[in-house]
Amino acid sequence: MLRYVTGRLLSAIPTLFLIITISFFLIRVAPGGPFDLERPLEAKVMENLNKIYNLDKSLPEQYLLYLKSVLHGDFGPSFFFRDFSINELFAKSLPISMQLGLTALTLALIVGGILGITAALRQNHSVDYSVMAAATLGVTIPNFVVAPCLTLVFGVWLGWLPVGGWEGGKFVNAVLPVITLALPQVAVVARLTRGSMIEALRSNHVRTARAYGLSGYTIIVVHALRGAILPVVSYLGPAAAALLTGSVVIETIFGIPGIGRYFVQGALNRDYTLVMGTVVVVACFVIIFNIIVDLVYALLDPRVRFD
Amino acid sequence: MNSLRTTAIATLLLAATSLGQANATTYNRGNSADPETLDQHKTSTTYESVILRDLYEGLVTYSADGKLVPGVAKSYELSKDGLVYTFHFRDDAKWSNGEPVVAGDFVFSFRRILTPETGAKYATVLYPIKNAEAAATGKMDVKEIGVKAIDDKTLQITLNAPTPYFIGLLAHQSALPVYPATVKKYGSDFVRPEHIVTNGAFTLKSFVPNDAITAVKNPYFHDADTVRIDAVKYYPTEDRSAAMRRFEAGELDTNNDVPLEQIDYLKETFKDQFHVAPYLGTYYYAINTQKEKLADADVRRALSMAIDRDYLAEDIWGGTMVAAYSFVPPGIANYDSPARTSWADMDILDREDKAREILESKGYTPAHPLKIEIRYNTSENHKNTAVAIADMWKNIGVEATLLNTDAKTHYANLRDGGDFDVARAGWIGDYSDPQNFLFLGLSDNKGLNYAKYNNPAFDAVMAKAAKTVDLKERAKLLKQAEEMYLNDVPNISLLYYSSKNLVSNKVHGFKDNLLDVHLSRYISIDR
Repeated sequence: MLRYVTGRLLSAIPTLFLIITISFFLIRVAPGGPFDLERPLEAKVMENLNKIYNLDKSLPEQYLLYLKSVLHGDFGPSFFFRDFSINELFAKSLPISMQLGLTALTLALIVGGILGITAALRQNHSVDYSVMAAATLGVTIPNFVVAPCLTLVFGVWLGWLPVGGWEGGKFVNAVLPVITLALPQVAVVARLTRGSMIEALRSNHVRTARAYGLSGYTIIVVHALRGAILPVVSYLGPAAAALLTGSVVIETIFGIPGIGRYFVQGALNRDYTLVMGTVVVVACFVIIFNIIVDLVYALLDPRVRFD
Repeated sequence: MNSLRTTAIATLLLAATSLGQANATTYNRGNSADPETLDQHKTSTTYESVILRDLYEGLVTYSADGKLVPGVAKSYELSKDGLVYTFHFRDDAKWSNGEPVVAGDFVFSFRRILTPETGAKYATVLYPIKNAEAAATGKMDVKEIGVKAIDDKTLQITLNAPTPYFIGLLAHQSALPVYPATVKKYGSDFVRPEHIVTNGAFTLKSFVPNDAITAVKNPYFHDADTVRIDAVKYYPTEDRSAAMRRFEAGELDTNNDVPLEQIDYLKETFKDQFHVAPYLGTYYYAINTQKEKLADADVRRALSMAIDRDYLAEDIWGGTMVAAYSFVPPGIANYDSPARTSWADMDILDREDKAREILESKGYTPAHPLKIEIRYNTSENHKNTAVAIADMWKNIGVEATLLNTDAKTHYANLRDGGDFDVARAGWIGDYSDPQNFLFLGLSDNKGLNYAKYNNPAFDAVMAKAAKTVDLKERAKLLKQAEEMYLNDVPNISLLYYSSKNLVSNKVHGFKDNLLDVHLSRYISIDR
């Protein structure tokens, strides 16, 4: 297994390299630069700024310099947040996004899983229909609608929870963002679990287990769920990568200093290093979670083996 | 001695914080975006100035109602020729580490912003200072600029030419001082909370991007006794709707922008807590005068006449803008009332008839209509404005199409000789003087004269005004220039901006003013 993981990690290197290369040149195609303002800069000032940030060098030269610094774990200075380096920005924001994402993911897995199993066991009953209706709503209502509604009800009208702000990560400040993040995931997990659970309950090995006279609980949790959870696991890989790297919508609406906002801020401000940094971080998360999914698959499904 | 002093300062600060905790008042201040940097010499925006004016005090500063009042300098004299200012410092001006503010600090600061290597984005506003432009463009040693410390408490500034708005300029964030010792020691890292030394009513405690900037009361500030706020938290409220809800829930005490698409709700819900007041800015459309079809001033005038500004102000902007018939906004200092377009008082229907007539006389018929592309940068209201104007132009037979891009692309295109027809732009005054608006029309103002307007007569009147010491005479000349400008229509003035603040009933001392400056030191809050 160690060999398998090492192999996968090594094969990720060319992927990352390719991603860095493509994004590096792609962002430069956008018109305007980081120092273009409404009020234009004095030529001499622009020249100096370009010199400070190495923008006076040729593009291939800048690319090599960037690669070199990334290899040393340095994402460079931010062009927009000029008092910070990208590493400093990420050190502050990534843990916050990960914390929110991980909580939302856990919540989604537990609530969605239970709802899905319940619906599957009561297939075509009113419970099933209401769970599936709620799940459809959860998937279709976008978070930029859910978030303002939740803040309006629980923050403005009832005054139970803060409308926005992070305040160093107080519990009350995390409640609404986590719920908003988790809702669509709950819905997806519930739907996936229900579907595969229904299938699993009809499969031969579950019928055999029933024939042996095993208890309902053992059949559902040990035999049916183990197979039924596989589609959920494969969904969770990319979903986790997306959740843990923050959501621009939720972070903006709730005023959370996470990494998600940097995607858009970086692009709009032509903050080249910030854009590159976020791309690399997301790419790493996607790669890592895909490996984790494959490992979990092997644990759950006896048919999958590393060799 | 030194360590003794540090201990004393630490004790004092500790005392201040622990005292504060008993009944500390924190001002939760919504500020539309995060600053790019807290280095005053590298900033350029109004939302940066909000924070910097709390942290630092210049030679002059603003009163609660936005008037210029003495800052570090308690008084000044101006030489008869209007060229040499001598500032006398107040004795109790101190940095947040207890050191006195001396004239040399300002010499250091002016030299720093005018050094090309600093990369200062707004150094141009200091160009009235003698040799400043030459220094900032690397043609002269920065030591040659006209800023001199006579002694610790006396500073002398020499200008190129009489500049009646110079005192106003000194209140701009670019003219705020830096503490030389920390800049020398830490370079650009002097802005970090652990290093920063400020001389304003507040000093920096923390800066978390996209979260909040916290400033705490500076016990050494000369007017600290009158400061009612113990800490200010500036929240970057990029999402205006979210900010409005936070305000409604009492999480923000003030916010300096509103979601314009919810204007009815704002008025209904917040009533007198929603402040709309005249602001020193003009919303306009720049016309590319170098384009053949738009080179004729009559055609440009026809386009301008056909626009119903009252509709834009009331229906598109919900009354948060004011119909504009001049380029310089009303209420500006060193001016009489702004000039007005000749047709300003005509009925809109008559204006449309006249515009149609002009276009027909220039050979534009329904078979051969004038085709125009309107460019605008991303914003719901810019879009709505452009759609409405395209519609109004349709009434006079002009076929207008729209093109939307993000702000960076938009301005890059306007500036780099972009091939546009008509483009949205806006100008907010850096200081209260008509020159700060009319200079957009100077033919050598390559960066901001988007219309590429080139009228030697206009340039000549502006040059003459720049040399005129008598304020009345100068105002007359500037008005003459504005009349020329309006008559040639390089830009279509559409609307005057208004400041839009949400101010809680609990907040006192927040006075609306033309520059929309509100120093936290004048604010008090009922808790």
